Amino acid sequence: MDEPSATQPDPGDAPASVIATRGLTKRYRGGQLAVDGLDLTVPAGSVFGFLGPNGSGKTTTIRMLMGLIEPTAGTARVLGHPMPRSARTVLPQVGALIEGPALYGFLSGRDNLLRYDAADPTADPRTRKARVAAALDRVGLAAAAGKKAKAYSLGMKQRLGLAAALLQPRRLLVLDEPTNGLDPQGMREIRTLVRELAADGTTVFLSSHLLDEIEQVCTHAAVMAQGRLVTQGAVADLAAGARGRLVVTTPDGAEAARVLKELGVGDVTADGERVTGEPPERDLAEVTAALVAAGVRVRGLTVERASLEDAFVALTGEGFDVAG
Amino acid sequence: MSRADVREAGAGRRPNPLWALGLLRSELVTTVRRWRTLALLGVLAAVPVLVGVAVRIETRGGGSVGGGSGEGPAFITQITNNGLFLVFTALAATLPFFLPMTVGVVAGDAIAGEAGGGTLRYLLVAPAGRTRLLLTKYATVLAFCLLATLVVAVSALIVGALLFPLGELTTISGTRISFAEGLGRALLIALVVAASLVGVAALGLFVSTLTNSGIAAMATTVGLLITVQIVDQIPQLHAVQPYLFSHYWLSFADLMREPVYWDDLVKNLGLQGLYAAVFGSAAWARFTAKDISV
Repeated sequence: MDEPSATQPDPGDAPASVIATRGLTKRYRGGQLAVDGLDLTVPAGSVFGFLGPNGSGKTTTIRMLMGLIEPTAGTARVLGHPMPRSARTVLPQVGALIEGPALYGFLSGRDNLLRYDAADPTADPRTRKARVAAALDRVGLAAAAGKKAKAYSLGMKQRLGLAAALLQPRRLLVLDEPTNGLDPQGMREIRTLVRELAADGTTVFLSSHLLDEIEQVCTHAAVMAQGRLVTQGAVADLAAGARGRLVVTTPDGAEAARVLKELGVGDVTADGERVTGEPPERDLAEVTAALVAAGVRVRGLTVERASLEDAFVALTGEGFDVAG
Repeated sequence: MSRADVREAGAGRRPNPLWALGLLRSELVTTVRRWRTLALLGVLAAVPVLVGVAVRIETRGGGSVGGGSGEGPAFITQITNNGLFLVFTALAATLPFFLPMTVGVVAGDAIAGEAGGGTLRYLLVAPAGRTRLLLTKYATVLAFCLLATLVVAVSALIVGALLFPLGELTTISGTRISFAEGLGRALLIALVVAASLVGVAALGLFVSTLTNSGIAAMATTVGLLITVQIVDQIPQLHAVQPYLFSHYWLSFADLMREPVYWDDLVKNLGLQGLYAAVFGSAAWARFTAKDISV
């Protein structure tokens, strides 16, 4: 490790993994196994998508990482320190939104943040007002800061919860379903915010059930099902695990299918004007040339990239919103 | 990753030990700003008004309250002679139920209410620290005990001064003391009454760590209070009565003796300390080991 910089946190100083769990297990009283032997590694500086159907143990994992519940077995290290033992050292550097926002309805949005900030013994009271104002501004709530939180819409509450996570400069943000209850414009704003934070060097751990959201913002992802980790890695690698499809759009479907089979394309199926098959090894230009030479009128030819959803279904063998 | 690196990462943040008190300040302000707290204090402030007006109406013709036979709360017969006695009467009237009930509501809600609202998890990841949060909550409940008692006392003093004459007063022992000394005794009594609530506050806080429903914790605490008050009235159960937190509550009247009779006062304060130690420890053991899953 290099000499630590004296003035500001240098990403080079960060541990290689911001979150590392080994055999992390939680069995609730009553015997239900919520998380089973989880080995999760979240690289520093990543935007890490945490995926899984409802009831797959995502939130239980997050609660163990934040020291809210004690693991039955295994260890969890956050920012290089064991949790929950080092909660006092670790948590001031972590901003968290866990299972939706929770607010004091009788307090204004601003007073809610002042209270949460006062709960952090490392937060300087002299800069409290300014930091609260900056956090409100960052999530677009400055105009509604004086309103009582009980009058907030679900989206506004979600924004206020995010603002609470942004009261201090953080090294890790844990965001559980951050776009819940937001309209499409709000979702886009949050995605932009996550990208900005990641660009500043903050590691973002993002749980979501929206696969396209994970695909759009995450560099890495892990998939959970029934308390177990099914896979983890870079998003590009995960999606590559499920192969794409060659798609030819043509009015001459039967002829195109014959040509593709001759070219050695496997699993060719023709469905009206849409002929699909496994992507060939050879150059797509050659495929196009061969089709045209055989008199097939080609409207379009492309390889449809496998989505994370394809990867997910391939891994878990089930639809996404099925409860585990 | 070394310790030095963590400190580097928190650049510009050099925690000051005093900052830890920010939570207590926030807790006090938040409690007092709640509509519910204000309603409870309003009810407490209304009791002396009710008693004072009732006594005034009943004695308009120059008669004495309850025919002078000692019916009703302690000191009530003396109010017409000296408004200051309304303070003692009001405290004696509210101590058995109204005061501990309001304390039970505030203490029962302390942790369970935060858990039920989900705000507990955000306080803990802030990180408030479980022990620090529990101590802050208990300190706030104790502050409420004092505030509630003072609300009753001050309200009674104002009503007493408006409706009745003030002046020298006679102690239970028959000696005369000056009005200033009487005021001093009234303040002392208010402090003892507030201290009498320490036990029920600790009990309420412990109950509050057992559930995630503020309402359930409040109801349980108030239910326990009623049960204890009933058990304290059943002669056959006299063996357990000295251990009930409410058993020596009315000993505060002994402060109006000359000289002061300390035995029961000391027993009362000792019992409150015992309850605070036992249920405070139980609350700590429970809360620091609890899975926060709501």
